[in-house]
Amino acid sequence: MEQLNGWFTDLLSNNAIFTANTLGFYWDGLVTTVQLVFLSLLIGVILAVPLAIGRGSKRRWIKLPIYAYTYVFRGTPLLIQLYLVYYGVVFFDGIQDSIFWVVFKEAFFPALIAFTLNTAAYTTEIFHGAIKNTAKGEIEAARAYGMSRKLMMRRIILPSAFRRALPAYGNEVIFMLHASAVASVVTIMDLTGAAYYVYARFYAPFDAFIFVALIYLCLTFSIMFLFRRLEKRLLAHLRPRGA
Amino acid sequence: MNKWITSALIAGALVSGQAFSQAMAQESQDAIRLGIDVPYEPFVVRNADGDLEGFEIDLGNELCARANLECSWVEQGWDGIIPGLLARKYDAILSSMAITPERERQVMFSLPYYNTPSVWITARDRDIDISDKDSLKGLSVGVQRGTIRDVYVTQEYGDVLDIHRYGSSQDVVNDLKSGRLDLTFEDFPIANDAIDFRKDDSPYKQLGDSIKTPTSIFGEGAAMAFRQRDKALAAKFDKAICEVYADGTFDELMEKYFDYDLSVRPSEQDCAE
Repeated sequence: MEQLNGWFTDLLSNNAIFTANTLGFYWDGLVTTVQLVFLSLLIGVILAVPLAIGRGSKRRWIKLPIYAYTYVFRGTPLLIQLYLVYYGVVFFDGIQDSIFWVVFKEAFFPALIAFTLNTAAYTTEIFHGAIKNTAKGEIEAARAYGMSRKLMMRRIILPSAFRRALPAYGNEVIFMLHASAVASVVTIMDLTGAAYYVYARFYAPFDAFIFVALIYLCLTFSIMFLFRRLEKRLLAHLRPRGA
Repeated sequence: MNKWITSALIAGALVSGQAFSQAMAQESQDAIRLGIDVPYEPFVVRNADGDLEGFEIDLGNELCARANLECSWVEQGWDGIIPGLLARKYDAILSSMAITPERERQVMFSLPYYNTPSVWITARDRDIDISDKDSLKGLSVGVQRGTIRDVYVTQEYGDVLDIHRYGSSQDVVNDLKSGRLDLTFEDFPIANDAIDFRKDDSPYKQLGDSIKTPTSIFGEGAAMAFRQRDKALAAKFDKAICEVYADGTFDELMEKYFDYDLSVRPSEQDCAE
């Protein structure tokens, strides 16, 4: 412990790498990563709810396009999707002069679009699975009360499905946080981008990446903690009595 | 069994080769072998007849003639080029090797003989003055992450320009063409190939002069490398490099192969006896 303490003081006092300047880079990176991940997850969830309902529809013209969408976005690497959105759009003639250029000029929005579409696809499948697995008894009970399909969806199926989807969705949030590391390839200075910068500047891969790994670990831990609390509250009715 | 034979053969070849080369060196002091990694256009290529040609071949032969040495060329892949020198497969490297502190621990460098410049490039219709820092505020510049050009832009323009760092130089060029970038700061030969900014009808143009200084960032340039103890040999080549620069032979050779300036004129101090 003594030795570790000494090592740590040593690291803090005479290092050329973790100056106020580079820590500023890491801080900006943290803000960007959190913004990017939070926004894409939020929009992703909003998109995923109607898509998940549609995915379970009996009508083929609703079901099949949604299936194709989730298949494509879950079947290709996020890095490729990001490249296609960021570098691909400029091959549309005249996009630079259109109003869309405001969105596509900076790297943030193309990345947000790619991340949102990706997480929406996974979340759709998670929700769809949960909706499909709703206990028969709950549905029969709702029918016995004379609920319409709409009302049944709103009052019975969706609330129950979201609760059961929570653990799987928590994983998706963590995956998304880690997947966001690819944002740095399109010049976004996220956490990984900041680490790359420090690495390239000081030729110190170990210090640069171990530091950023610790930040990711802290973020992941907070997300896990949050979902643990949520699950405890919302899935209380599924726990064995007295536990 | 087969392995044993092969390794025995290799060992034999190495021993006899070394003995042979030592004998050669004793026989004639003036025979020098130069190691080079082929091809690296237009510095060195093998032509249709199987002979080596290119800027560095011409330059090397010229330097040898001036130093009164009889030179031959030895081909060597890049990863093994310093070990090959230390193992006496050849007596000097003349292969676009940039001077770095890491390499200086193993070999001794001559004076640098060339250095490729870096250039600012923007769209032809843009009116940007790179020397007026205040006017650059908010403009975006693309560089390849971790390169000397990234370091230069960060150090000199970090407070005014919005720096976008890319993984490869293709990505930089793509985003200059897409209009996401106002500027790029690029290695001259790469820019010359990828952007073609020097024709009159090109949509891009160079801003200001090509940049090779400060050497603390851009390096001193490419130089010949010798074994640490061969000081006399290195001195002969230093003198020859000074001569080709002094009488214009270098410029002639450069103009034959390049249409841009990659000279690094040695200072008078370096060339003093």
